[in-house]
Amino acid sequence: MSEEQLPKKEGEISSSDKQQVTRRQFLSYTIMGVGGFMAAATVMPMLRFAVDPALKAKEEGDMVNTNFPVKDITKEPQLVTYEFEQEDGWYKSTVKQTAWVFYDDKGELVALSPVCKHLGCTVNWNQKKEEPNRFFCPCHNGLYEKDGTNVPGTPPRGPLDRYDYEIRDGILYLSRRAKAVGGA
Amino acid sequence: MLNKLYDWLDERLDITPIWRDIADHEVPEHVNPAHHFSAFVYCFGGLTFFVVVIQVLSGMFLTMYYVPDIQRAWESVKYLQNNVAFGQIVRGMHHWGASIVIVMMFLHTLRVFFQGAYKKPREFNWIVGVLIFFVMLALGLTGYLLPWDQKAYFATKVTLDIVGSVPFIGETLRTLLSGDPYIVGAQTLTRFFAIHVFFLPAALLLLIGLHFIMIRRQGISGPL
Repeated sequence: MSEEQLPKKEGEISSSDKQQVTRRQFLSYTIMGVGGFMAAATVMPMLRFAVDPALKAKEEGDMVNTNFPVKDITKEPQLVTYEFEQEDGWYKSTVKQTAWVFYDDKGELVALSPVCKHLGCTVNWNQKKEEPNRFFCPCHNGLYEKDGTNVPGTPPRGPLDRYDYEIRDGILYLSRRAKAVGGA
Repeated sequence: MLNKLYDWLDERLDITPIWRDIADHEVPEHVNPAHHFSAFVYCFGGLTFFVVVIQVLSGMFLTMYYVPDIQRAWESVKYLQNNVAFGQIVRGMHHWGASIVIVMMFLHTLRVFFQGAYKKPREFNWIVGVLIFFVMLALGLTGYLLPWDQKAYFATKVTLDIVGSVPFIGETLRTLLSGDPYIVGAQTLTRFFAIHVFFLPAALLLLIGLHFIMIRRQGISGPL
C-alpha cells in the first residue's frame, strides 16, 4: 500500500490526487475503449472491402499489337481495329476497339479515339458529304477537324481523345485507353 | 377468437399502449377529405409510403429470379417477365411504382412547400424529407441498371460520366460506384445491385421511420 491510498480526512487535499480517476470513470473509459475497438474491428474490414476498387493501382495494360503495318499509314485517316483481353474483376473478355490512324500535317502519327466527346457515339471520317475532311458524329451532328479538334458550334465539348502509340518491327501498337487532349 | 388472442398477448406484453401510440390518434378535420374534398392534398405523403411498401414487396419477390451477373441478368429478367406466372405484373408493379413513387413524393413536397408546413417547428422533418427524396432518386438510378439492357447500360454510362466530372474527387467517386476506373461491367452491376437492394432501402426505412416519429410528436400542421 502506497501512501496516496491511505484514508484522508475530509477536506484535506493531497498534492498527488489532483487528477485522480475514479473507479467509475476508469470503468467507463475502459468500456468505451473496448467498445470502440470492437466497433472499429467490425466496421473497418467492411469499409476497406468496399473501397478496394478505388485504392487499387490503375492498370493501363500493355500496348496492343494492331497487326497494322506502319507503311500502310497515310495522311488520310484509316480505321484500325484491334483486340485485347480485358479483365473486369472475375469476368474476362475480348474487347474490340478501333482508332483513326493517320499522319498529321507535321508528319506525326496520330491515333484518334472514335468516341464522340459529346455523348459517346462513334464518329466517322468523311461521312457527311457537306462536311468534307472532317469527323462526323451521326447522333447529334458533332463535327471534328482532322486533328480531332471539335468544331465550335457543334455539340462536342472537347477534342477527340488520343491513343498512345508505339512502332515495333514496322507494326503499329496502340494503348488500351485513350487520353484526353488538353483540358476538358 | 381474435379478441382472446389479443387479450392473451396484452396480458403478458402490455401491447395496448404501443398500439395506441402507433395507430390511435386524431385525424384533424382539415386534413380529412370526407370533410373538405380539397384535403386530398394531404394524401400524397401516405400514398408515397403506400407505393414504397409495394416497391419493397415486389422488389423482394423479383430477387427470387433475378441474377446480378452481366451474362445472366438480362436473361433472368426476360425469364421472370415472360415465363413466370404474374411475372409481368410483379415486374410491372416495380417498374411503374418506381415512377409513381417519385411523382407522389414530388406532389407531397409541393403540398408541404406551398402550405408552409415545413416552418418551425418542422424544419428538421423537411430536411429528413429532402434526404428521403435523394435516397429515392438514388434508388431509381441504381435500379435502372439492373435489367442490363442497352438503355440501362448507356444511362449508367452517362451517370458515371457525370460523377466523374466532379472536380478533384470525380475519378475516385466514379471508381467507387462502378468498381473499375474504365469499365462499366461485372463489378458495376454487382455494386449497383447491392446498393439498390440493401444499402439504400436500409437508409430509406431509417429515414422514413424518423419522418413518421417526428410527425407523431409534432402532429400535422394546422389549417391554412
